[in-house]
Amino acid sequence: MRLSLPSNPRIRSLLWQILLAGLLGVMAWFFVGNLTENLAKRGISFGYDFLSGPAGFDIGERAIAYDADSSYWLAFLVGILNTLRVAVLGIVAATALGLVIAIGALSRNPLLAGLCRSYVEVLRNIPLLVQLFFWYLLLATVLPNSQQPFEILPHLFISKNGFQFPWLSPEAGVLLEYPELGTFGLTGGATLSPEFLALFIGLATYTSAFIAEVIRAGILAVPKGQTEAAASLGLRRLQILKLVVLPQALRVIIPPTTNQYLNLTKNSSLAVAIGYPEVVSVATTTLNQSGRAVEAISILMLVYLTFSLITSFLMHRFEAATRLKER
Amino acid sequence: MFKKSVIGTAVTLGLAIAASPVLANKTLESVKSKGTLSCGIHTGLGGFGIADSAGKWTGFDVDFCRAVAAAALSDNTKVRYVPLNAAQRFAALQSGEIDVLSRNTTWTMSRDTQLGLTFGATTYYDGQGFLVNKSLKVKSVKGLKGATVCVQSGTTTEKNMADYFRANKITYKPVVIEDFKASVAAYVEGRCQAYTTDASGLAAIRANDVKNPNDHIILPEIISKEPLGPVVRRGDEDWAKLVSWVHFAMLTAEELGITSANVDEKRSDTNPEVQRLLGQGNNDFGKSMGLDPAWAYRVIKQVGNYGEVFERNVGRNTPLKLDRGPNALWTNGGLQYAPPIR
Repeated sequence: MRLSLPSNPRIRSLLWQILLAGLLGVMAWFFVGNLTENLAKRGISFGYDFLSGPAGFDIGERAIAYDADSSYWLAFLVGILNTLRVAVLGIVAATALGLVIAIGALSRNPLLAGLCRSYVEVLRNIPLLVQLFFWYLLLATVLPNSQQPFEILPHLFISKNGFQFPWLSPEAGVLLEYPELGTFGLTGGATLSPEFLALFIGLATYTSAFIAEVIRAGILAVPKGQTEAAASLGLRRLQILKLVVLPQALRVIIPPTTNQYLNLTKNSSLAVAIGYPEVVSVATTTLNQSGRAVEAISILMLVYLTFSLITSFLMHRFEAATRLKER
Repeated sequence: MFKKSVIGTAVTLGLAIAASPVLANKTLESVKSKGTLSCGIHTGLGGFGIADSAGKWTGFDVDFCRAVAAAALSDNTKVRYVPLNAAQRFAALQSGEIDVLSRNTTWTMSRDTQLGLTFGATTYYDGQGFLVNKSLKVKSVKGLKGATVCVQSGTTTEKNMADYFRANKITYKPVVIEDFKASVAAYVEGRCQAYTTDASGLAAIRANDVKNPNDHIILPEIISKEPLGPVVRRGDEDWAKLVSWVHFAMLTAEELGITSANVDEKRSDTNPEVQRLLGQGNNDFGKSMGLDPAWAYRVIKQVGNYGEVFERNVGRNTPLKLDRGPNALWTNGGLQYAPPIR
């Protein structure tokens, strides 16, 4: 009896897909088996149980209570929150800056347009790692010593300790805690460290150059007739931009901007080079203290995948909301 | 290059997943058939492992690579140096990229028992200290309360510091940077009030990296034990023994007064200890390690005894100006002690 494929194309395609999924499963099983076998052969133990043990190292910047007694789990959480902090603030700043630069680049003023175009060209053509070093060493070099902080505004200080400002402190018994000068500079209040500032500035400016180009392209994609029609209705330039052009441009802008948001989040991992304790930095230390390379890297992959999927999901929702509603 | 460690680790994982395991028990054979020894060293620590202006690697740890090559390959120049960051080093060894790691690596229990690695000889007894700028007028580690401390990631120092400061109830803020040079730059530019690593490393930074060495002091407290030495993969006992005995041979040579200058005339010495070390008479201690009788002779001839290597790279007449201290021979009150060659 000759075996023939079912004639129904839907069943046939389903069969192929089951076959493919099966093959992928076998491959995954082979790789995992090989990995465990090879690790065992080299005398390397494998497992995630180490995560509940004490981490034993300190983290300079943390949003939640953490010390060296805390578990590796908590250390990872501190790192994840630090990544989130710089990613969220970076995305907001990059978007705002990108919008301003894009509108500037389209301006009829040649000086402004030229400046904005050169901003884009310079920033997007220098590797981000170089830019991060530039900002970090610039801050570390030009800022005043932490023992002699510079007061920008009353109670707002900048020094090699970073940007320090008063902050709510209910547990200290006061509503607002002001930075006070100690032996090695200011303590109390809140601090944005030079590592954070360098990473934030670097990521925001670098990504803003790409976002500016995306927005500029999106605006130029709106047919000229739309602008002319709006002008003939008597709208002013800013009104045209706000009411007619940008809403239509958004549909073109959102998908590539999502990519930029994802890039910014992933690029924040370069912070290990300048000492901001985000999740890669924590993973590197963990990897070394515990020797759990496979485990630490797999956690990292999962963290970034989760971040990216969440960002994609939110941006898809936003995209759906701005889609042209046809009646 | 700073992402290299993560990438390196990822590549190692990739290899571990895909490749068949490297040949165990055969490191010496593979080194001999390759004709070169792959030796993992520091990316740039003055006195221990650093490239000079001509691109030639020098230093205490580098000399140990040369000594192993002299024993195993009869030629101390047959070394492929692989500069590694702290975070990359174990992955490089586990994956088989290097044959021996000679990169001021602290021997700890977890590293020795969990990572598929084997430690053997301690080539340098060290301890962790702190480097501070004199202008801060800090006299001891206790005075560092509230200070920011720069440290390289992927080292035992991060953990030691956390333990010590917690035990002494000192608050501090670590700035952890992956690249050694970048972490030192952060200290030099004044981002941190103190830099911490092994005392020998601090001496190297003070001698090579700060603007004026006299503006910086190393605080008196040594807060940890850091026995530094070569590391090999587990599963090849023969190779591990060879690496350890290269160090012991260099110690024995110093103990017996044999130097690279006088080793040739010492070959005719009638002292049985000297004869055993240099493989004279009927003595052949190389055979059991897969080597010829003259293995130790070549190490001493081409690289020198332990004292020579120490003085040449990190001793009183080098920029590092380190004392032998605990690294003196046991006969001089130090900890360097070689089992007898019998």
